[in-house]
Amino acid sequence: MSLTVTILGGSVAGLSVAAELSSRGASVTVIDPNGAPGAHACSWWAGGMLAPDCEGETAEEPVVRLGREAAAWWQAQGAEVAYNGSLVVALGRDRRELDRFARRTENHAIVSGGDFEALEPHLADRFDRALFMQDEAHLNPRETLLKLREELQARGVVFQTEGTPNGQVIDCTGLVAQAALPELRGVKGEMVILRAPDVTLSRPVRLLHPRFPLYIVPRGDGVFMLGATQLESGERKRATVRSVMELLNAAYALHPAFGEAELLEIGVDARPAFPDNLPRITRKNETLYVNGLFRHGYLLAPAMARMVGDYLLDGTTPEMWHEDCG
Amino acid sequence: MPVFYGTEIQSRLMLGTAQYPSPAILADAFRRSKAGIATVSVRREAGDDQAGQAFWELIKELDVALLPNTAGCHSVREAVTTAHMARELFDTKWIKLEVIGHSDTLQPDVFGLAEAARILTEDGFEVFPYCTEDLVLCDKLLNVGCEVLMPWGAPIGTGLGLNNIYGLRSLRGHFPDVPLVVDAGLGVPSQAAHAMELGYDAVLLNTAVAKAGDPAAMAEGFAKAVEAGALAYAADPMDARDMAAPSTPVLGKAFLE
Repeated sequence: MSLTVTILGGSVAGLSVAAELSSRGASVTVIDPNGAPGAHACSWWAGGMLAPDCEGETAEEPVVRLGREAAAWWQAQGAEVAYNGSLVVALGRDRRELDRFARRTENHAIVSGGDFEALEPHLADRFDRALFMQDEAHLNPRETLLKLREELQARGVVFQTEGTPNGQVIDCTGLVAQAALPELRGVKGEMVILRAPDVTLSRPVRLLHPRFPLYIVPRGDGVFMLGATQLESGERKRATVRSVMELLNAAYALHPAFGEAELLEIGVDARPAFPDNLPRITRKNETLYVNGLFRHGYLLAPAMARMVGDYLLDGTTPEMWHEDCG
Repeated sequence: MPVFYGTEIQSRLMLGTAQYPSPAILADAFRRSKAGIATVSVRREAGDDQAGQAFWELIKELDVALLPNTAGCHSVREAVTTAHMARELFDTKWIKLEVIGHSDTLQPDVFGLAEAARILTEDGFEVFPYCTEDLVLCDKLLNVGCEVLMPWGAPIGTGLGLNNIYGLRSLRGHFPDVPLVVDAGLGVPSQAAHAMELGYDAVLLNTAVAKAGDPAAMAEGFAKAVEAGALAYAADPMDARDMAAPSTPVLGKAFLE
């Protein structure tokens, strides 16, 4: 008997579950009133870092372990995954932050001098050393989602903007599901996209700072994504001057050539999160909910999709199963 | 136990609620710290339509007294506006008043602080001023109506501990009946114990717990240190002296060599 599912929400969580289930033989329909992935979803504003080791600095163990599945999974879906690792740096006065970061994370090497120069020539003369997280990867979130949607359409997944769900309903609507999942909250994030043709980076770079931490993800063609603030607010609009100023300041501190960059976009949205900031799969009134991916959409969606597949097709209780989401 | 504006608090530890890895870890840290008061920031989280509500609900569930703060305010006007917003949101007259005067060191603007404290006190607020250990400033804050003083140990988030022992001790000496709280700058529990040994009524900290590798364990460490320091102060510690004084008489001891 083949499985029929309807997935509500067609962004990173929904498309990942659709990809996993359709590749395992299920008949899949995705319903999203917004149509294709776009600015309505927080995964549109994501960095696209597949950086489980770095996230280990503050995230709990499952994020690191499950996140290690991500890069290979995305590549298997046809996404362009850059396996260039990532770099972590700190400015002179904050050098001790780097030691602490190294202590709190795994799978890294300290690079300096010629090794650093070979990795990121534009940074090597500004920082005397960096942490190189060699196993990490990154992707372009927007291209990845749009391409995956096309791919799924070609594979026979049906995309609708409305309609009555058939079969098992899987809700992947993020914050929209807040009414059904009262423990879910929004965590506001602001980001900036800019074009800086004078700067070349081959991998995501994190600048540690006790007050204004920053990451920069290269998107190719001189385009960079700067992220991201993290505020305990469910507000999905209104990027503030202060936040944007802090992001731009940090980028300028990373490399002064960012001062001449062209501002392309200022983005803002809120990430769906449960109180432990870990994702959950839960069932309520026969609907399966996949939610709470917080700042780890691209990093954790593959593992969550696999768990949904194992649950629906093999009856395995998902690791991130949650009995009662309130 | 400390009494702030007529309310007795069953703990000498006050904890901030920012920068934890998750609200769940924050709640764990509070449980193990047995803190009696949680400070909560409203400046950046407020947004439209009380967008920070979900997080504030989680804070309210901690079942401790809430002390909203004006963190991030750089002017009197901004601090006063934020205090009013906080009073609406949390239905409390208490406000931890921060007026930042220097964006790098986050040092309090002591002039603005005294002015904002006066305005807010006249407005019916019960002000907990985040101040320096300057005696004249503290006297001024008491004169405008503050009934609690919260001098820094060191600049916010530095973890440097008590930078001016003399100044803190002198405040205690001059204001024996005013509740005194060391606020900011603590990094490890021994520094909190030291503050209590000076006779302070409580300590307030955030980064030291929130940014520890295991926030809940660090919270418990601070709880124990605060208790130890308070016991020591109440027990009237001996004075340090240069001359060694053996606790057991040497006379009559057998010579083994």
